[in-house]
Amino acid sequence: MELICPAGTPASFRDAVEAGADAVYCGFRDETNARNFPGLNFNAQELAEAAARARSNGVSTLVAINTYMRAGAEELWYRAVDNAAVAGADAIIVADLGLLAYAAERHPALRRHLSVQAAAANAEHINFLVDAFGIKRVVLPRVLTVAEVGAICRKARCETEVFVFGGLCVMEEGRCSLSSYATGKSPNMDGVCSPASHVRYRQDGSDMVSELGDFTINRFPKDEPTGYPTLCKGRFVAGGTAGYVFEDPASLDVLTHLEALARFGVSALKIEGRQRGRAYIAQVVREIRNRLDGLAAGEQQEDEATLLKLSEGQRTTQGSYDKRWR
Amino acid sequence: MNLPRVVRLLARPMPVAAIQLVAQASLDGVVARHPQLFDRLSEYENRRFAIIATDLGLCFIIVPHSRRLSVQRDTSAPKADVRIAGSLLTLLSLAEGRLDGDAEFFARGLNIEGDMEAALALRNAMEDCRLDLPTDLASMAGPLRRPVEWGLSRIRSHLLSRGGARWN
Amino acid sequence: MAAGNRIGLTLGPLLYLWDQPGWSDFYNRIADEADVDTVVLGELVCSKRDHFHAGASERVAERLTAAGKRVRLGSPALVTIEREAKTVRQLAARSDYELEAGELSAHAAMDGRPHAIGPLVNVYNAPTARVLAARGATSICLPPELPLASLRSIITGAPDIAFEVFAFGKVPLAISARCAHARNKGLVKDNCQFVCGEDPDGLPVDTLDGQHFLALNGVQTMSSTCQSLITDVPALADAGVRSLRLSPQVCDMVGVIGLFRSVAEGRMEPKEAYLRLREVYPTAEFSNGFLHAVPGHRFVDGGGSRIPVIGM
Repeated sequence: MELICPAGTPASFRDAVEAGADAVYCGFRDETNARNFPGLNFNAQELAEAAARARSNGVSTLVAINTYMRAGAEELWYRAVDNAAVAGADAIIVADLGLLAYAAERHPALRRHLSVQAAAANAEHINFLVDAFGIKRVVLPRVLTVAEVGAICRKARCETEVFVFGGLCVMEEGRCSLSSYATGKSPNMDGVCSPASHVRYRQDGSDMVSELGDFTINRFPKDEPTGYPTLCKGRFVAGGTAGYVFEDPASLDVLTHLEALARFGVSALKIEGRQRGRAYIAQVVREIRNRLDGLAAGEQQEDEATLLKLSEGQRTTQGSYDKRWR
Repeated sequence: MNLPRVVRLLARPMPVAAIQLVAQASLDGVVARHPQLFDRLSEYENRRFAIIATDLGLCFIIVPHSRRLSVQRDTSAPKADVRIAGSLLTLLSLAEGRLDGDAEFFARGLNIEGDMEAALALRNAMEDCRLDLPTDLASMAGPLRRPVEWGLSRIRSHLLSRGGARWN
Repeated sequence: MAAGNRIGLTLGPLLYLWDQPGWSDFYNRIADEADVDTVVLGELVCSKRDHFHAGASERVAERLTAAGKRVRLGSPALVTIEREAKTVRQLAARSDYELEAGELSAHAAMDGRPHAIGPLVNVYNAPTARVLAARGATSICLPPELPLASLRSIITGAPDIAFEVFAFGKVPLAISARCAHARNKGLVKDNCQFVCGEDPDGLPVDTLDGQHFLALNGVQTMSSTCQSLITDVPALADAGVRSLRLSPQVCDMVGVIGLFRSVAEGRMEPKEAYLRLREVYPTAEFSNGFLHAVPGHRFVDGGGSRIPVIGM
């Protein structure tokens, strides 16, 4: 199984390559990708340089152009695809049907991966896009159990890629308007979720209060680990009880299922976190690389949560992969 | 995560003006070696960043566009657009990309207030520069470059080893 | 309003789990009394609820048809297991009623035959609409988060498709594999005891500071506010929107439909209709921020000023 690692900057791209990535995914510095954060991402020249260096190390470059084209401004997304092709990307990661159609027509030789933002949660949906636009790989949404991932692997007529570590979308990806409801900025249209521009932390007595737009998202007593005010990981009141209504601040960690994923024929394992720092990327990539190498050598997998410190709220979850999570 | 007590004791009586001189020279040195440092900040270049070393009781105010830095003992920094507070070691490690800012923030080793976008942009800009402070700072030391770099690296290794497994 | 551009009305699928008598009474009254052109039936949110109204659905569909309404059958929004895939195949095989796709496997199953696309399919631009139209989609209800400028661009760029917008109801904002509703009541999805049925208008989710924020509907997360585009109907007509989707809530939906019809036909001033709508659904806080490219929970009045509608 290939290890697919995130990079938000050319420096973290280099770190990911050195730490043992088989492929690195990244995006352009605009709203064409789902991590459109200040100071993050690549211009066309940086991408070309990174892709060239990656190739000389036998590492692939995947370019995420995975937001939905803003009506009337489609050119920006088309140029992103053109630029990725020119820069020597090995594949583009796309969600928008119109953009898939453009890429298939104009750049038939450029591999097309279906982004997790396309929310393709069943084999019929996936195979439709294999037939219509020749997608070579699908990144599966985080709404599936391990068994359901296996079922899709049997039926889908393309490669599958699965998230194994990092931030967790509680809602099905690409079908969530919580952020635009609260802030006017959405993952699908602007490439941001719970954007920093709308985040405020304020001290209230000994509590730290996090706010997003006009809404209070959480309140942390002194010394409790905090979380970023991602909407679906806030503390709210429902049915008379206060608590984490959707999900606790926690990161996804399904490294214990690597063996099963390998058995299903999953092609690639994905690490979330283009917005995270180099320290995160280097550490997570190295750890998972070691596990994969161990797996390939037939070693017994240890059940250790070694990456806890890098997790939100310093907790991890198996998310939907574990049926009981539902 | 904190500085050895002796360092804190030494820093306390130092006049702010002297600290400012050293800090400005350090910033100049880093900028000279990494001219692209502030490219990624784009529109956030004009923000006032207050970097607060909580264990020293010192506040460094930086406006990247001006390349100027000032030091004050008032750590409330009321006029800053964004306040980033942590121990000196945490801040230096973040600058070098040795610590993951998110992880440190989740664990409350780092406190950020104000314009979160500007804070993020600064973090990402610093990250991409691959700062190496002993090398960057020693470059200003002229003929003493090598011994200074060696000395600073030793200090860093010593301090990092005290930090334990959290370090990268 | 542009002359000759009559806006139709669609009653969207009932997204909540209502008890059987309430469900039947509701649709019987719609059939007999409501001035609506199209009614979408079906359980979109959770396949575990399928059995509740499966039997009565056929009868209701016939009664609606007999009353002159066009009936569409909505396919599930999230299809992950074989039972759901089978539902999609069965709906796609029917020739008596039109299918409305809740996700793309349903669109694929139609294999080029005419069908409708529901608002939970991501259509953000005209090229995407044309991709779907080339494979049989004749009408598309656009995602609720789209601003007016996008609606205009899409409609201009795909003139052969009948576009609909989500004009009334709490907005379906997200769907998850996890059932927050069951979890809130101390249960998990696999053994949920259908507790979502206890909250026929959604279970309110407030912030720790008491602001109304969201509402739970099983695995679906809704807005706390009720979207109302009644004051925006002239702008929507001008943009070329062909139909308005009204999503059932616990209020007099026949009254809601009547008000939208009056505005659509130019018989009532939008402002007047808005005031009456507040009487019809007195517990609701209204919003239309998505259409005006501001946070979706806000309400922007005709003059363009922003009125926050956060309840405290």
